[in-house]
Amino acid sequence: MAPLLEVSDLRIHFQTDDGLVRAVDGVSFVLERGRTLGIVGESGSGKSVSSMGIMGLHEGTKARITGEIRLDGEELVNASPARVRELRGSKMAMIFQDPLSSLHPYYTVGHQIIEAYRVHNKVSKKVARKHAIDLLGRVGIPTPETRVDDYAHQFSGGMRQRAMIAMALSCDPELLIADEPTTALDVTVQAQILDLISDLQSELGSAVIIITHDLGVVAELSDDILVMYAGRVAEYGSAADIFGRPDHPYTWGLLSSMPRLDQDRTTRLVPIPGTPPSLIRVPSGCPFHPRCRYTELVGGRRCETEVPPLREAVTPGHTAACHLTADQRTRQWAELPASRLADDAQAPEAKDPEAREPV
Amino acid sequence: MIYFIIRRLIMTVFLLLLVSMITFAIFFLVPRLAGQTAYQLAAQYVGRNPIPSEIKAVEVKLGLNAPLYLQYGRYIKGIVAGIHYNNGTDISYCPFPCFGYSFRNQQPVWPQLISDAPVTLSIAVGAAVLWLIGGVSIGVLSALRRGSFFDRLSMGVALAGVSLPVFFTGLIALELFSYHWPIFPNVHYVPITENPLLWARNLILPWVTLAFLYAALYARLTRAGMLETMGEDYIRTARAKGLAERKVVVKHGLRAALTPIVTIFGLDLGLLLGGAILTETTFSFPGLGQFTILAIQNQDLPEIMGVVMIASFFIVIANMIVDILYAVVDPRVRF
Repeated sequence: MAPLLEVSDLRIHFQTDDGLVRAVDGVSFVLERGRTLGIVGESGSGKSVSSMGIMGLHEGTKARITGEIRLDGEELVNASPARVRELRGSKMAMIFQDPLSSLHPYYTVGHQIIEAYRVHNKVSKKVARKHAIDLLGRVGIPTPETRVDDYAHQFSGGMRQRAMIAMALSCDPELLIADEPTTALDVTVQAQILDLISDLQSELGSAVIIITHDLGVVAELSDDILVMYAGRVAEYGSAADIFGRPDHPYTWGLLSSMPRLDQDRTTRLVPIPGTPPSLIRVPSGCPFHPRCRYTELVGGRRCETEVPPLREAVTPGHTAACHLTADQRTRQWAELPASRLADDAQAPEAKDPEAREPV
Repeated sequence: MIYFIIRRLIMTVFLLLLVSMITFAIFFLVPRLAGQTAYQLAAQYVGRNPIPSEIKAVEVKLGLNAPLYLQYGRYIKGIVAGIHYNNGTDISYCPFPCFGYSFRNQQPVWPQLISDAPVTLSIAVGAAVLWLIGGVSIGVLSALRRGSFFDRLSMGVALAGVSLPVFFTGLIALELFSYHWPIFPNVHYVPITENPLLWARNLILPWVTLAFLYAALYARLTRAGMLETMGEDYIRTARAKGLAERKVVVKHGLRAALTPIVTIFGLDLGLLLGGAILTETTFSFPGLGQFTILAIQNQDLPEIMGVVMIASFFIVIANMIVDILYAVVDPRVRF
């Protein structure tokens, strides 16, 4: 059986007045049913643009999309907009970052869920309403039969995101894309929402893509992780590999700049120097080279001139785009303080709630 | 909601009282402070070559020699309950609501207002329907095809519409469609009760002229509002559900963009109901606008007072309806 989602060499470019923006430039990954992929990266690394591309939400904009997106074997990039619209909301669904602005202020939460359900299912309003109440109950909204008639502004932040999840799940999607689902929420609620997503996933067996810049979130949920930088894949592998034996200087930087509770409090966090590049003028060669500490190890200005291909490292299926040799990477990573923490903590167990950091 | 409406109605009464005080002060107190006597005021009621005794009689009859606060009291009493005018020898009754007698023809003001109001109502409501439908749909299409030829053309025409005064577009329309190509010959007001067909036919030019001005304004407003709401996150959510684009635009986009339009619409319509002065004058329709012009030309104080009161009444009521509609349109607004 084909994997549920197969993205290969996806490119999404926008023509703007300032030039061509290569928001996504050659991204490939595979997602099996029941698994979770975490996409990590800084703002502007192309995470959201890729997911919107999968959902076909660039339709009608000036985006130029090439490459392949196969959902359950069906090609989507060249599919008719009507067909993609049919799949959107039914076979694939999405939840967004800010649940208050993502819910319509003028319609009740129930109305919006009913609407989502009735787009794809020919049922009466009454049946749909019952379904909506059911869903709200399942995502943990208390007294759903009254809250169904409330408006978004009458919900708390966490409840709004629960309602968004209920709406996304209304047609039992096989693919759920969560674009920074916890960024706008406070910390205690974040954990609840992540729990809810992983519970519902194991219940429904859907595949989930979780997009975030928070490594803690992906550590908790993901089976696989895709690290994006400047619209390209920097590193792609299983969560255990990425956290246990990361292979790309950018991932090292991300891990070193993440605070941890099990870390000695006198240890300083190490930020990645510089800022993410403009997507109109992506640096030549490896897009990360202006911020990378290891370009001299590679030598010969290769980092500035040659785009590093995604290469398999030690573990099969774990790839990184870096010119450093495998030996160099092993040595450099071992010297970083973050590596010792990774050894101590072990690779996080995604599905085991006990392994989660206390919040 | 009910309490809100009651509260607003009570406020409306006070507001109208305030308006009446201010207009009364402007037209009766200020001239008196400037040295005008009750005798001079009374003289306005009596033809070209008045006999002093006649003037005196009018002065007594209308109570113009009484202190101003008493006169104001009588004025309000007339509006609320009607009033008897007594000059000792004969009593005349001005029934509720009495806005006094006009200088010009010595008739009570109210019946004249009432007979002129349907003309204005016909013009304003018909034009409002036209400009609302036209303006909003052009605005929506412009926003959806931003930067296209249609967008540029309609916004260009809209700019012209906003800039050109009614007396210009109205006269052009009359010249073209009434004289040059007599599609609408002999434009004059015919009451709807007399001949509905002729009523509508004669009103088309005024409607279109007036609607052109407002539709331009509303198209620009709608376009701006739609451009804003179509970028909102909830539009993305609606698309992510798999809704058809038409439904996304109308149900999710336009609904939210309409809120400010509702506000402006209420106020514009309220203002027009008090007299579409330019349109009525251009097309010689005997509505409240013409009444106002004549009243001001003749310095007919009671008529001016009356028309001011009616106009402010419409605006205050329109405001109240807008506030109520706001709560209906936007559930976040509660009273």
